[in-house]
Amino acid sequence: MDSTILLFLVQDGVTNGALYGLLGVATVLVFAVTRIIFVPQGEFVTYGALTLALLDTGRVPGTVWLLLGFGLVAFVIELWMSRHELDARRIGKEALAKIVLPCLIVAATFWLAPMKLPPWANLLLALAIVAPMGPYLYTIAFRPVAEASVLTLFIVAIGVHLSMQGLGLLFFGAEGLRATPLSSTSLPVGPLVITGQTLSIYALTLVSMAALTFFFNKPLFGKALRATAINRLGARLVGIRTSLSGSIAFVLAAIIGALTGALTAPMTTIYYDTGFIIGLKGFIAAIIGSLASYPLTVVAALVVGIAEAFASFFASQFKEVIVFTLIIPVLIWLSLSSHHVEEEE
Amino acid sequence: MSDATMKQKSGLSRRSMFFIVLTAILFAIPLIPGVPVYWITLLDNIGLAALVAIGLILLTGVGGMTSFGQATFCGFAAYTTAVLCAYHGFSPWISLFVAVAVTLVAAVILGIITVPLSGHYLPLGTLAWGIAIFYLFSKLDFLGRNDGITPVPPISIAGYQFFDSRSIFYVIWIFVIIAVLTTTNLLDSRTGRAIRALRGASGAAESFGVDTTRTKLVVFVYAAMLAAISGWLYAHVQRAVNPTPFGVGASIEYLFMAVAGGTGHPAAAIFGAAFVTLLKEILTRLLPFLFGGQAHYEEVVFGIVLVLILQKSRLGLWPLVEKLLPQPADPFIDRKAEALPVRTRPEPGSKILDLDTVRKQFQGLVAVNDVSFSIKAGEIVGLIGPNGAGKSTTFNLVTGTLPLTSGKIEFRGEPIHGLSPRQIAQRGIGRTFQHVKVLADMSVLDNVALGAHLRGSAGVASASLRLDRAEEARILAEAARQIERVGLGEHMHKQAGSLALGQLRILEIARALCLDPTLLLLDEPAAGLRHFEKQQLSELLRQLRSEGMTVLLVEHDMGFVMNLTDHIVVLDFGTKIAEGSPAVVSKHPAVIQAYLGADA
Amino acid sequence: MSDLLLSIRDLHVAYGKVQAVNGVSIDVPRGEIVTVIGANGAGKTTLLNAAMGILPARGAITFEGANILRRPVEDRVGSGMTLVPERRELFATMPVEDNLMLGGFLVSASERNEQIEQVYTRFPRLKERRRQLAGTLSGGERQMLAMGRALMAKPRLLMLDEPSLGLAPLIVADIFSIIRDLRSAGVSILLVEQNARAALRLADHAYVMELGEITMSGKASDLAADPKIVETYLGIAAH
Repeated sequence: MDSTILLFLVQDGVTNGALYGLLGVATVLVFAVTRIIFVPQGEFVTYGALTLALLDTGRVPGTVWLLLGFGLVAFVIELWMSRHELDARRIGKEALAKIVLPCLIVAATFWLAPMKLPPWANLLLALAIVAPMGPYLYTIAFRPVAEASVLTLFIVAIGVHLSMQGLGLLFFGAEGLRATPLSSTSLPVGPLVITGQTLSIYALTLVSMAALTFFFNKPLFGKALRATAINRLGARLVGIRTSLSGSIAFVLAAIIGALTGALTAPMTTIYYDTGFIIGLKGFIAAIIGSLASYPLTVVAALVVGIAEAFASFFASQFKEVIVFTLIIPVLIWLSLSSHHVEEEE
Repeated sequence: MSDATMKQKSGLSRRSMFFIVLTAILFAIPLIPGVPVYWITLLDNIGLAALVAIGLILLTGVGGMTSFGQATFCGFAAYTTAVLCAYHGFSPWISLFVAVAVTLVAAVILGIITVPLSGHYLPLGTLAWGIAIFYLFSKLDFLGRNDGITPVPPISIAGYQFFDSRSIFYVIWIFVIIAVLTTTNLLDSRTGRAIRALRGASGAAESFGVDTTRTKLVVFVYAAMLAAISGWLYAHVQRAVNPTPFGVGASIEYLFMAVAGGTGHPAAAIFGAAFVTLLKEILTRLLPFLFGGQAHYEEVVFGIVLVLILQKSRLGLWPLVEKLLPQPADPFIDRKAEALPVRTRPEPGSKILDLDTVRKQFQGLVAVNDVSFSIKAGEIVGLIGPNGAGKSTTFNLVTGTLPLTSGKIEFRGEPIHGLSPRQIAQRGIGRTFQHVKVLADMSVLDNVALGAHLRGSAGVASASLRLDRAEEARILAEAARQIERVGLGEHMHKQAGSLALGQLRILEIARALCLDPTLLLLDEPAAGLRHFEKQQLSELLRQLRSEGMTVLLVEHDMGFVMNLTDHIVVLDFGTKIAEGSPAVVSKHPAVIQAYLGADA
Repeated sequence: MSDLLLSIRDLHVAYGKVQAVNGVSIDVPRGEIVTVIGANGAGKTTLLNAAMGILPARGAITFEGANILRRPVEDRVGSGMTLVPERRELFATMPVEDNLMLGGFLVSASERNEQIEQVYTRFPRLKERRRQLAGTLSGGERQMLAMGRALMAKPRLLMLDEPSLGLAPLIVADIFSIIRDLRSAGVSILLVEQNARAALRLADHAYVMELGEITMSGKASDLAADPKIVETYLGIAAH
């Protein structure tokens, strides 16, 4: 093995690691606000990537119908959940957010898609389609059990993953798709070539990490979101709208997921289950980051990415075995250290 | 009561009859001419899944450990038997033992890693090794990589080969029935109570001598064994193995069965397995027919059904079914069972517990500052003090929940500091908890019988095979005796969750008495009780004292302590500030200053 | 407009089929301490939770003349009522200061800073522990923090659920004298207590609740002297 291969492996590892890091950061974010171990994070990646790829070809992606359906179901569930507090204004507000908004997005897609907009405009449109699905999904699947244990929420999340992956197959088919790159610039660094695409991934990962770390630790609003996860009733008693907190976490998670997908789609072919596989690695990083630290999650993601790159070079057969075995010692360590906190209570 | 007893003696309960009839009908189905093979195959699949689900219900529904790795254990056994039979010409019956042994070793190793994980780390851990081992199955050359191993010979008995669904049906379901019986027996035993205590009262279980880590491992391995049998059967029924049925997807499906079934009954597992298998069958056949196109609709619906069950009926669907069945009879209590052996009692008035300059520091903070006092046999002693005075910490030092920083604690002349709660329980110290720790969905009798854990010795094997009945009868008789002793006799067969707080505190005392203690430690026994409940509690404690029991209690309620105790120790800021009879302590200036304040 | 701050009329609350509060009416006049006493399980906590909007209820709840029956909890906090629940419900893994600041989530930043100084003056212990995690506080400190957090929202009505529960007598005395001070500072108080003796000594007006219904009401001092109350709630050990 020479230094060029080494550099290639590192670059490959860092690029994948940055993607895992993005998803890991989103997983931490969702957990910090809702206590949900959000397995379906990767499905947003798939939805974002395939929506963008279809828009690139001038077609209307099937996700618009999904958006409409999610909005409608969420509307009904929202009204049912808040039936003791309903008035005309509230109903109007909910209808606006969950019925009118998706209708507008669908209409816009039908109008804009055939025009074959430039890649960045398609990216924005894809985001507009996928992002609202986050809060709708929260309302449909998680709000009715928001008080349940972490474990129950985890199993619910797995149910959501099964459904979303199945829906992905339904709307996109088993064929893989690729999207047009956002920029075609590339920068030779020694033997390596760094593309604008990978640079934007690095940038996005770093910005998300820094912004989320700041947001959840400094402004009162960020602390309020965290407080929702720590004690839901306590949060309501100080005037925090806990369902809003959940929706905010999910919209951010959906945006991060869809962006990750949109940035990956031009580099590799995306299938209906690709997102889940990438998401799982992000998930590992988030667990190593103890579902709490954004920087630690990103570092862990880079380690996972690089370990994977080297494993695929030296023992490509056992790449997955190695990566998934990696987290077991971390879990043991985390479990032991969290146990002491419980004892002090 | 006597009615239930009669029924027990006269033979089987109506509920057992119901299950026997159900089994008979099931076993007759393949014999009915004209029943399509397709139905039998479905029943075979349900049986295979049920074996795994029974183990998983024990693990998840009873023991509280959620596993995403059950398919992995099926895989260990299936691959073992495939390699042995397809490549080396072993007989399937011999390879059954090897397959179970291989899975046993794997389960013990994975269990030692997994079982100590707390909270949601445990399912995440199973998920991690579940995925890793799945990839291992699909990458190893000698396991045939993604293609697997084929053909695997069928099971045969005396030359008869179980090729078709009809004949294999009986093999599968006989295993299922055996699994149901051993699991039901296991749950209804000394070990069963320990297993049921894992979820929600493992702290209490430890204080009554249950080794919870070991018990968890036992359940984990037991569940893996059932999965192994299913995997072995699967390999010989399908006559081939490949990695797919042993991946995380399959494990999630098993978990889905456990969630859909719910609760702690093995029948719930069969119900869950049938529900999921049939649902899947209907979906894969019906949906593409309705909507056209490829399959995978079932994933969508599966996900939705799983979410709905968790939203609407978190205990699964079985409780809804169970309501329609005959109720189980109350357990029979054999009053003539030989009494359990008792410890020698200490001489009344002799020193039973002695704390010598006991100290506890948390980092810099001194919580208990060189406290010394002793308790004489036959006394009721109160440990009082303002909030944060170190009472609870002192209590936890005596029970072994916390280690001391320095000092000595002697019980009946033997040092007990540095011992675990379990070892301290063995020496005859029974305790109650400030926040009541009982199992709400278990009967009062079973809750109290947990206290006698250390007075029995039957393990998993003897419980599964019903060899533990003599000992079990003695334990239940003892529990019943203690329940009547504290005056809860009429509630013996009720679920503990239906009792009021005052009764639960008394239940905890009965449970502690079941340990045959010579010292009873009570942590704030009067907290949250109504006036007359406090009077009843005082009455009970006086009665126990007159029967020779020694009691140490931590309490806030001054009136309660003053009227009841023989001796009081007062702590403030971790230091003993006074000690003596209630009359002396209540007039002690330091006590008035620190504890009672101007309000008294 | 009358000087009634909170008025509850014919309130019904049910858990499934179990009727926990059955046709209860109580009033909290502005500037007074009103207490509801009763045994464990009488429905006192349910009553407070319904008043705060944590549980759905039938009947009428008016606060400062406005019907709030169908308003969500968050709106009720915004309109000037707060609840210190029995289990305190603190943010255990956050420092004391963050808990307090979040208490002022709905007020402006300047009010928040003003308010936290007042809370620190009233509870100097909290100021000493401002960087400590709420979960590591002692029982008395937790109660202080829960009250401090509720006061951060600048409430006109403070509802307290068993503030003395699990606390030593000296600390209870402290907490009760702070409640008295709060009334002088213009905060009206609805106090639910099992410690009937202390509650009746503190309150202006009292209600007795049994099995989900109000069975007696009147001036707190009158009730404290009522032989039936003395026997049932104050016990023979009165000293």
